[in-house]
Amino acid sequence: MTGHVFHPGHDELHGVTVVITGASGRTYVGRWHERGPRGITMRDVAIHDPASNPLVLEVWLAKQQKFGVAATEKHFVIPIEEAGSVRRFDSFP
Amino acid sequence: MPYPEMMIKPMREEVTRLGVEELRSVADVDAALADANGTALVFVNSVCGCAAGMARPALAKALQHEVKPGRLYSVFAGQDLDATARARSYFGEYQPSSPSVALLKDGEVVAFVHRHQIEGRHPDQVAALLTQAFDSHCA
Repeated sequence: MTGHVFHPGHDELHGVTVVITGASGRTYVGRWHERGPRGITMRDVAIHDPASNPLVLEVWLAKQQKFGVAATEKHFVIPIEEAGSVRRFDSFP
Repeated sequence: MPYPEMMIKPMREEVTRLGVEELRSVADVDAALADANGTALVFVNSVCGCAAGMARPALAKALQHEVKPGRLYSVFAGQDLDATARARSYFGEYQPSSPSVALLKDGEVVAFVHRHQIEGRHPDQVAALLTQAFDSHCA
């Protein structure tokens, strides 16, 4: 049973926790579900908004890495025009 | 929504055959974790093939290590919902993810391997994270 995948046919990032930098300045951390015409669909997403979050991004990301992703959105779509760079969370410094 | 039990059974057994006690109810969890003395590992099992398919073999390899936690437990996320939620209540400020592994010592989480530390990694790499934690906290 090890390695059995229940959701074949998705792209290579499906199910992987990623960090997406938004054009708005927001940063999104969550599990990549799929890229579609509306944007990138993610699951269990935490969002850093520099306009309202008292923690600077680097500190906020470090907290997510230590304690896990503090998701506020179960399902979330990042519009195409908002989505910038995509990095795997486990490769983040 | 839980998967059919017949699909889940092999995933449960892949863990329980390692000597890990599966906790299926809130009462099971409290009976196991209310006693805070010593070290206890809680493996949060999952159906996700991309991550749990690495986590279970990693746990198996880590438990071959000379130094191990005193007690070994598992809960099954997405299947045994109440038991999993109860187990997570013992994890303090650590956020829920599955699969994941919590190592508790005297009732406090001293190490936690999150799902994002398991995704895309070889079981040997995940096992190394676990055995480092065992050496640090269970010796």
